[in-house]
Order: sequence, then C-alpha cells, then structure tokens
Amino acid sequence: MRIVVDFDLCESNAVCMQIAPDIFEVRDDDFLYILNETPGEADRARVQECVQRCPKQAISIAED
Amino acid sequence: MTSAPGSVTIVGASLAGLNAAEALRREGFDGPVTLIGAESHPPYDRPPLSKQVLAGDWDPDRAALTDSEELASDGIEARLGVRAAGLDVATRELTLDTGETVAFDGLVIATGARCRTLGGTEGLDGVHVLRSLDDCLALRADFDATPQRVVVVGAGFIGAEVAATARGRGLEVTLVEALPTPLGRVLGDEMGQVCADVHRDHGVDLRTGVGVDGISGDGRVQQVRLSDGSVVDADVVVVGIGVIPNTEWLEGSGLEIDNGVVCDPTCLAAAGVVAAGDVARWPNELFGETMRVEHWDNAAQQGSHAARRLLDESVGPFTPVPWFWSDQYDRKIQLAGRVRPDDEVRVVNGSVDERRFAAIYGRAGRITGVLGFNRPRHVMRYRALIEQRATYEEALSANF
Ligand SMILES: Cc1cc2nc3c(=O)[nH]c(=O)nc-3n(C[C@H](O)[C@H](O)[C@H](O)COP(=O)(O)OP(=O)(O)OC[C@H]3O[C@@H](n4cnc5c(N)ncnc54)[C@H](O)[C@@H]3O)c2cc1C
Ligand code: SF4
Repeated sequence: MRIVVDFDLCESNAVCMQIAPDIFEVRDDDFLYILNETPGEADRARVQECVQRCPKQAISIAED
Repeated sequence: MTSAPGSVTIVGASLAGLNAAEALRREGFDGPVTLIGAESHPPYDRPPLSKQVLAGDWDPDRAALTDSEELASDGIEARLGVRAAGLDVATRELTLDTGETVAFDGLVIATGARCRTLGGTEGLDGVHVLRSLDDCLALRADFDATPQRVVVVGAGFIGAEVAATARGRGLEVTLVEALPTPLGRVLGDEMGQVCADVHRDHGVDLRTGVGVDGISGDGRVQQVRLSDGSVVDADVVVVGIGVIPNTEWLEGSGLEIDNGVVCDPTCLAAAGVVAAGDVARWPNELFGETMRVEHWDNAAQQGSHAARRLLDESVGPFTPVPWFWSDQYDRKIQLAGRVRPDDEVRVVNGSVDERRFAAIYGRAGRITGVLGFNRPRHVMRYRALIEQRATYEEALSANF
C-alpha cells in the first residue's frame, strides 16, 4: 500500500493528521508532509478513514 | 423496528445524503438504496461555491462529489429533480411532488438547510443568496457582468468568504454586519475584531453595528439603506444572514420538529428513521448539549453514522467535536469545538498581528474550543484535547 496525495487538491486542513499523526503532518509552513508513504497493512483501516474523511478527496491508496 | 431494513430511502442528495448512501454500501448493505434530491444536479460540494467557483478559478464540474455512473455502479438509484412533499411515519410512506406515494423501509432525512432572505427584495434583480450551485452561477454571472459595487449583508462565514472572493476579483465591497464585530456572537468580540481587521486590511468597507432598513431599485437593485441612515450604492447585493433547516415537508409526519429534526443521541428520529447534516438536531453527549451543526465535516460524519445506526441498533451515540474551516483572502480560519462569546480566550501559539495564531477557549474549567488562523496543525491537536475533555489548565500547558 502506497499513499498518494494530490497536492493540487490538498488544502492542508490536517484532518488526515488528526486520524494518523504518524503518517501525515501539516507543518507551520502550511504544507502537508507524508511521514510514511508505505505504511503496513496494520494501518490500512486508518489510512482508509483518511481517504474517506479528507474534505478534498485528495488522498488515495495505490497498490503497487 | 428491531432488525435492519430491507431497503433504504434517503431524502436530500447532498453531502449528508451521499455519505449515508456510501456508508450503507461500505457496511455491506446490499438492499435497494434510493437517493431523492430536489436539485437536478448530482451531489456536489458547497464550500467551493463561495471560493474557487465564485472566483472563476474552477469550473463548476470540479465541485462534483460524484456522478451518475459512480452512483449506478454503487447500486444507488438517484431520483434527481424530485422533492419529497410529505412523510407519514406511521404508514411508512413518502409523498413526492410528482404526486407519487413511495413506501419506505429505512429512511434517512438529509434535506439540509436553505438561506434566510430579506423581505421586500422579491423581484429585484441583482439580489442574491448563496446556497446552491445555481445560486453560485447566477451570482458569478452578475459579478462578471454588471458590478462595480457589491454589498454583502451579514459578515458570518459565508458573507465573509463572498466579500473576500469579490475583493479577489477586484470588486468594491461594503460588508454590513448588525453585530459590533463580525462573528462576535460565535468567537467573542476580541477575535471578532481580528476578523474585522482582516476585512479592512483587504480594502473592504466594513460597517458594523448597523442593520439593513431597505433595498431599493428600479427593476434592478441600486441602493441599500442602512439603519444608521446612510445609503450605499449597489449593483449586486448578497444576503448572508443564516440558514433555516428544511423541515416544512415533515409537518404532520409524526416526527418532532424544533429548529431541525429532533433525534436521539444516535441520530434516530423514529423507528427506522434517522436524520443527518444541517437538518438534524441531536444531543451531543460529549458536550451535554443539544445541537444542530452547519458544517461540512459534520454532514459527512453524521451521514455515515446515521446510516450505520439504521443498519445496526447497537451503534452508539454520535459525539463529534464540531469543526469548520473558512478560507478568507489568504487566511485559513478554522474553529473546532463549541465556543460561546463569553468563554475565556487565550492565544497559545503564533501572533495575532501576523494573523497566524491559535487561540483556545475555556469555560467552567474545560477547554471548549480552538480557533486557528493558518494553524491547522494546532487546531487538530487541541481538537483532540477537546475530545478527551481536557481541562483548560491542561490545554494551556500543552506544548504543541
Ligand atoms: C457557499 C457555501 C460555502 C460553505 N463553505 C463551508 C466551509 O468552508 N467549511 C465548512 O465546514 N462548511 C461549509 N459550508 C457548509 C456545508 O456545505 C454544509 O454544512 C453542508 O452542505 C450540509 O450538507 P447537508 O447534506 O446536510 O445539506 P445540504 O447541503 O443543504 O443539502 C440538502 C439537499 O437536500 C435537498 N432537499 C431539500 N428539501 C428537499 C426535499 N423536500 N426533497 C428532496 N430534496 C430536498 C436540497 O435541495 C439539497 O440539495 C458551506 C456552505 C455553503 C452554502
Ligand atoms: S485531509 Fe486532505 S486536504 Fe486535509 S491535509 Fe489531509 S490530504 Fe490535505
């Protein structure tokens, strides 16, 4: 599982960071950083929650 | 009703309704799902309507939340351009504006809210409200065509965003607010003043503490008369003075209506009937308060929660920390929690002068909310503290 964020859509509102702070972080420069692009299967449910709850539908999961 | 419904009907095809439909499928529900919506468009996102779409930066298509193919492939039958006109909970029947009667098993009410209007402006061109895509395109066309002078009535979040977007398009903007400071009734006057300064810095003629006495013109709007006796010339007027939940169609349904559809803590309004989004009013047990929330995140989360509740009665109470964002000029304003204007408020990070800061609100020893100007990270961290019912002291000493 690889996390893909469309940075043209992302508005840095940090919803994803609240769900998975070990994977997503919005820093003081207002940009989103992906701390772990390839989390393990154990994190799938949380990443899926991020995909679903992102107000901009900016996050997707690639299976490669 | 004790068992899961065999089919689900959803009234209101917007954010809450769509999230309910998607949640049903995610939970493995395989019975028929019908989505009935008064607008002819497939579900779309409203936040861009006061921002990118109104600015002219986005094609309206980019605000789409889904399309007919996607709905069809999820097995969701969409009946668009059709309005529910009546409901009878006892006989479990819906009446549509087509005259049809539809029997339902499980029902999700997600009819949202509509804008309050100013009386006496009917039939006057150039006077707008902003709720739907059609509203947005009509306003945008007026912004493109006539306008040099825009008057925005109401400096709440929507009015503030319209003012910001109009300034971004180079239009002259007068923003009229009845309260002493914009959003003062929500944020308190100290933070309301920060919002006022932001508008003025961007060249908005902000008039606070005045109401609108009348809007006049000959066929098309020309002037707005204010309660302090002044008169403002206007080519376009946008009225942003709040919303009213769409519950008229539920009169006589057997449901309790009181500024929204009254639900229990789990979003259940009657056996087999749930409500979600801007139309729903429910006791949020995290705050010990009955609330109706008019925010994007709430509509999405409550739509899912209500759908799950319909399928499974063991699904518990809905206890979110309300959260909202608003983009004004180059600022991202976020508010989480349930704040009152007389709560204590303290800046905990950044600088108000630079308009990059987080401030936390407290009442009765507990943190009640967090306001951020370009501080999304802090808002989310304090939001987590609110969720944990942290004390105000704990929140003040947290170091994020
Ligand atoms: C311009 C604008 C900008 C916004 N910006 C933000 C923002 O930046 N951040 C944020 O958090 N929130 C924002 N919001 C608020 C957010 O969009 C709403 O909270 C959200 O749309 C609520 O969703 P809903 O599905 O409950 O209701 P709605 O979106 O109001 O949808 C209800 C739907 O039901 C339909 N309907 C009504 N009655 C009937 C009937 N009898 N039969 C059938 N259909 C019916 C309506 O036509 C409508 O399509 C904004 C709202 C607007 C209008
Ligand atoms: S939730 Fe979506 S929009 Fe918000 S920061 Fe994360 S990816 Fe960006």
